Amino acid sequence: MLANTLVYGFVNSVILVLVALGFNLTFGISGVANFAYGAVYILGALLCWTFFNSVGLPYVLAIMLAVIITAIAGALMYRFVLLRIRGMVLSEVIATFGIGLALLELFKYLGFIGFEYSLPVFIDTSIDIGQVVIDMQRIFIVIIGIVMAGFLWFFTHHTRTGLRFRGIAQDERTALSLGINTDRVAMLSVSFGAAYAAIAAIVILPLGTINVEQGYSVLINALAVCIVGGLGSTGGVVLASFLIGYGQTFTVTYLESHWVMLVPLIAILAILVVKPSGLYGEQKELEERI
Amino acid sequence: MKRRRERIDRGIKARSGDLFALCSWREMLYLSTPRLLPIIGLLVLSFALSVYWQRVLLSVSVFALLAISWDILAQTGMISLGQALFFGTGAYLAGIMNHYWGWPPVVTIPLATFFGGLLCTGFLVPVLRLRGIYFSMVTLIIPLMLVRIIEATRIFGGTEGISGLAPLPSRWMELYLVIAALLATLFGFRRLMSSDFGLVLKGINDNDRSVMNAGINIYWFKTQSLFIASSVGAFAGAFMTHIYLFVGMPVFALDYSILPIAAAVVGGIGTFAGSVLGAFILVPLSEILRGLGGLRIVFYGVFLVLFTVAIPEGIFHYIQRKYHQVERWVEVEK
Amino acid sequence: MSPSPLLRIFGLSKNFGGVQAINDLSMELVEGELLGLIGPNGSGKTTAVNLITGFVKPTEGEITFRDRDITGWAPYKIVRLGIARTFQMVKPFYQLPAYKNMIIPLYSPRVKQMTGGKYGDRDAKALDLLEEVGFERDAFVAYKAASALPQGYLKRLELAKAIALNPDLMILDELFSGLSLAEVASIVPIIEKLRQEGKTIIMIEHRLKELFRIADRIVVLNFGEKIAEGTSDEVMESDAVKKAYLGAEA
Repeated sequence: MLANTLVYGFVNSVILVLVALGFNLTFGISGVANFAYGAVYILGALLCWTFFNSVGLPYVLAIMLAVIITAIAGALMYRFVLLRIRGMVLSEVIATFGIGLALLELFKYLGFIGFEYSLPVFIDTSIDIGQVVIDMQRIFIVIIGIVMAGFLWFFTHHTRTGLRFRGIAQDERTALSLGINTDRVAMLSVSFGAAYAAIAAIVILPLGTINVEQGYSVLINALAVCIVGGLGSTGGVVLASFLIGYGQTFTVTYLESHWVMLVPLIAILAILVVKPSGLYGEQKELEERI
Repeated sequence: MKRRRERIDRGIKARSGDLFALCSWREMLYLSTPRLLPIIGLLVLSFALSVYWQRVLLSVSVFALLAISWDILAQTGMISLGQALFFGTGAYLAGIMNHYWGWPPVVTIPLATFFGGLLCTGFLVPVLRLRGIYFSMVTLIIPLMLVRIIEATRIFGGTEGISGLAPLPSRWMELYLVIAALLATLFGFRRLMSSDFGLVLKGINDNDRSVMNAGINIYWFKTQSLFIASSVGAFAGAFMTHIYLFVGMPVFALDYSILPIAAAVVGGIGTFAGSVLGAFILVPLSEILRGLGGLRIVFYGVFLVLFTVAIPEGIFHYIQRKYHQVERWVEVEK
Repeated sequence: MSPSPLLRIFGLSKNFGGVQAINDLSMELVEGELLGLIGPNGSGKTTAVNLITGFVKPTEGEITFRDRDITGWAPYKIVRLGIARTFQMVKPFYQLPAYKNMIIPLYSPRVKQMTGGKYGDRDAKALDLLEEVGFERDAFVAYKAASALPQGYLKRLELAKAIALNPDLMILDELFSGLSLAEVASIVPIIEKLRQEGKTIIMIEHRLKELFRIADRIVVLNFGEKIAEGTSDEVMESDAVKKAYLGAEA
């Protein structure tokens, strides 16, 4: 029982990492809180589903196309909406929220609900870890989660574009004066965030069906992880994901599944009392928050 | 006879846009017409409309109240994405008092308004220190959580909700109660925000550090603003409970969060009148679009985006500006 | 017997994630004094002000005001005791006209305390205060939206907001920066008048010439540490100061 909880809690935590990375990436770099994130997540999954089932492409190709198109959608969203309201927090929140809402409700209206809307698992086997039986897809989730977090770290620390990302994250004006095209970098950051969301969706959703309602819970989970971890910090995301992830798994196992939704909220309230800047937050962030 | 064109506000505005010097009835009319318009309009509408559209007018007023409540929070620098929290709390409180204790609506609505405000303030006070989007995030989460709690604990009728609640005495009473509440809130809040207290709230939105530096405890002021806003929302919820004669989990639904924001944004933030105007545009529109079902929310979403990008100031500000620019012909004195 | 100091700072330190912004700073301030706080950019002057006014919590050390320990207090409580400051980056309440900007400090509990609960007409008081800092009475400028004011008036507005609180200690953070010589010359008399009224003032300045003329005492910071203290002349002659300002070779 306990071993089971520990293993599945680990998987659940990695799922949270995957879900939150994209949101965190976008916010950390361009300061845009993408409230359409949940919708982008579902968009990625549905695109993949369409390419695979309706168009009949090979699965790998379908995945790649879905990720690329989602990334482009993110870039377009920045170019045509966010660019015009950059810096006005109120407008950014409302516009992205509006986009997310419109997309999700549109999917619902178009009838993307039901069991047939599910993505196939990558390899349909399961293996044993100790006494715990775990399916291959969950192993994939863990591997891909680690790879994506690692890639993000490598990308932002060791590539030219990544360093630019960090440049504008720290001070947009200075970055601007150093010849970094901050609008382009911000557009890339939204686009990257969208791609991350699509990848997360395609890896995670084979575990169940593509449920449009999940768009909302994904957004909430991403928000909770980022508030607890400290927005913009990858280390914080990982730590917060594990806190909340294990919290949720233990709640399901030892209490009741209905209370799972409460775990993120309690985590947020607790972190506000203990360390208002978030687990990995710095002074700059504290000033933004309170 | 020579004539020339002259702006109708000529000679009325003194120094700044919000100081007026009036010396004739005509000049008085210039200021009072736009203010009398909603009063007369609402009263006329209440008579002229069919029973069906009277119901629509009811929900217009309720959403206008929620939009006003959102607006006052926004003016204090708190962007709420969870007006449903206020609405739902008021609705449930009224329902509980009526169902379990058998209190009539005359008692439940005022009590639910007050205690609903208190309760919501209590929910949000712990996160009041959060600024900007951090606050928004939490307000988005809380109503969704509350639904889960009700679902999990099966309290207050669980997923079934509570039905068979007492109605208000008459249809006219329903209508005039909510119209009176709307007008009182609209004018009251406009007054409040131009008072010195309101200036402090606006100051917090502009630059909270500078307000703190005046020796003012901004958290206390934010709490007060929160209480005012959530009471209004709770009133709307309590009122609707006694219209639907039912309260259940849908009162925490996203509709009650998103439509008020849409109304305020479309109408124009910061004037309350804009929120009311927005509700008057969007709610009937959604009635007409009723046939589209789920697509309605899609429309709200699109509206939100279009307006924030294309007309960020909102319709009301636009009309207001145009009104002040209206010109008339005057004779040139020889 | 010397009077007990108005403000006493002892062993104050602050580090931001490994960067030592203020290191073991101690100083005292006597009532009625005008202290100039100078130092090269990044030497920790503004951090020192933030620490005194409670906007930043110190890592170590103690601050007392009128023998009362105010270390780590919330900013609004410190203001109520009678310490007011201006910000280096002036950010007025942009939505409001200039004179309405003054309403907010006039709404302060501090003002209520001083006037015994009788505020009178805040608008009138606001205009009086603005006139005191050089807004021409009966001109349009006081009614203009704060977002439309030129820098010189913004600085005056910032100063007026601090004066409105009727503080015992005023901390002016780079009040003169970005102003022309003529504008500085017109503000100096206002500060001299405040001194005559018995206010204690700390001024952070880069405009050393003007500062040295009016300051009683100068404290020089570099890398978060106090490197010199004394009258204007003494500080000018100090080797440590020359080194800090002109570089190591000098």
